[in-house]
Amino acid sequence: MLSAAETFFGFIGRNAIRLFKGIHDASLLINNTFYWAFLSPLKGKPIRVKATIYEMVKVGYNSVPIVSVIALFVGIILALQSAYQLKRVGAMIYVANLVGVSLTRELAPILTAIIVAGRSGSSFAAEIGSMKSAEEIDALVTMGINPIRFLVVPKLIAMMVMLPALTMIADFIGILGGFLLSVTELQLNPYNYIQQTMNALVIKDIVTGLIKALAFGIVITIVGAYQGFKVEGGAEEVGRRTTASVVTSIFLVIVFDLFFTMLFYFFA
Amino acid sequence: METAIEIKNLVTHYGDVKVLKDVSFSIPKGKTTVILGGSGSGKSTLLKHLIGLLKPTTGQILMNGGDIAVMNEQEFNEVRKRIGVLFQGAALLNSLTVADNVALPMREHTQLEESTMQVMIRMKLDLVGLSGFENYYPSQLSGGMKKRAGIARAMALDPAFLFFDEPSAGLDPITAAGLDELILKLRQAFKMTFIVVTHEMPSVFKIADYVVMLDRGDAVFAGTLDELRASDNERIRMFLERRSEKEVYSPEDYFRIIAGD
Ligand SMILES: Nc1ncnc2c1ncn2[C@@H]1O[C@H](COP(=O)(O)OP(=O)(O)O)[C@@H](O)[C@H]1O
Ligand SMILES: [Mg+2]
Repeated sequence: MLSAAETFFGFIGRNAIRLFKGIHDASLLINNTFYWAFLSPLKGKPIRVKATIYEMVKVGYNSVPIVSVIALFVGIILALQSAYQLKRVGAMIYVANLVGVSLTRELAPILTAIIVAGRSGSSFAAEIGSMKSAEEIDALVTMGINPIRFLVVPKLIAMMVMLPALTMIADFIGILGGFLLSVTELQLNPYNYIQQTMNALVIKDIVTGLIKALAFGIVITIVGAYQGFKVEGGAEEVGRRTTASVVTSIFLVIVFDLFFTMLFYFFA
Repeated sequence: METAIEIKNLVTHYGDVKVLKDVSFSIPKGKTTVILGGSGSGKSTLLKHLIGLLKPTTGQILMNGGDIAVMNEQEFNEVRKRIGVLFQGAALLNSLTVADNVALPMREHTQLEESTMQVMIRMKLDLVGLSGFENYYPSQLSGGMKKRAGIARAMALDPAFLFFDEPSAGLDPITAAGLDELILKLRQAFKMTFIVVTHEMPSVFKIADYVVMLDRGDAVFAGTLDELRASDNERIRMFLERRSEKEVYSPEDYFRIIAGD
């Protein structure tokens, strides 16, 4: 019989080993992905352009409706919540500042990332995972085709382009939502509202949001691919890994958000 | 008999479990070698070593004079161009048409003109009896047709070795027999070395020139079909005569068997 201490340390040890192996595998994947995305094209192994465009359509274009609707609603909600506080101090026009700044710096990137993690991060994991369980990854390897170059790189490029693009759309539509509510329900002057938004926003707000979006895109791609490649069994595990990819990427997106927000707060 | 692949003292593990226990045999050149054995005997594992997807714990796999067990990626990439593999479920990429699937290895390893490539794709598909299916997607094909397309893709670069993992798995007997006939036909038309993993006896008697039998991770037999028929090894006789193992009645016994001792 194992003693309690043995069981306890055994448990810690096994989990530590699993964690380190996970980190090791993930860094290997990150290394290889960036190598095949940015270094090997310089050595005459170009990325797959058609596949990349196809991924861009799936990741970006197809997400535009849902991102727009959610951004519109969040813009309205933000305007209402801000008005609730600002009404008391009679500074309703500052609704424009709050809506503009919190959307561009924070809410648009994170909302977009969460939507895309749910739509595309999960589908990356499911696609790669089912290819793994159908031996399609093995088939690529035996044909001498690197699965990371073939599958992950087009997704990475698509994400790095489309997540910032979607975030810009969310910025715009969200601000539009706040504007619509302010000029109707809150009876603010449309011209003043626009002026106020323009004055409140500096380029830096928008750019920091887009930098975050770029980082979130990388995180979502890597997590989806990592979970997909981890599939060993059949359909059941594909399902489990797909779920895990969404949970992990949302978690990591928020961790990175915290990191970047602190960075921008203290150093900018 | 000229040797194409020589396997020496191959030992391999999944985690702590020893799956292949000191396996040694040779595969003759230009013939069809069948690797035979029950489920879980290690056939797929052995095949994955031969095509470089897994590295053994110890032992050698000599192919064209080099030991593929210790080759690095770059060296092995040269070997890869000379091997074609039909995976158990055909492993066609579902997002590509049949023609694009066959073109995959050509696009990766050759600088052929697109028009030349189209001609070659049509030739390969003709060969496996799939002419006219260029623009179909794998999901539109039956199981047997997928495997034929998989063979066309495996032959895209005119390899010296063609590997098959359970070609008749999941097929009805008629389709399976059709596939056996295709393997025979290809074997007569090309000077390739065929390595077929299977547990289907009718198929073995039809296509094999040479047989290797695996049993629970050991190579218990290597020889011709006639030698196989004449063998008096108990496990081989059970396999040939389709006899079952001793029935297990008590849960304790069953547990001991699945626990592996
Ligand atoms: N990826 C794996 N991880 C752990 N054990 C495995 C793995 N693949 C196969 N095995 C085990 O190795 C043994 C041999 O498997 P395999 O080579 O697939 O046999 P076969 O193809 O002859 O049915 C089986 O007991 C199987 O459970
Ligand atoms: Mg098998």
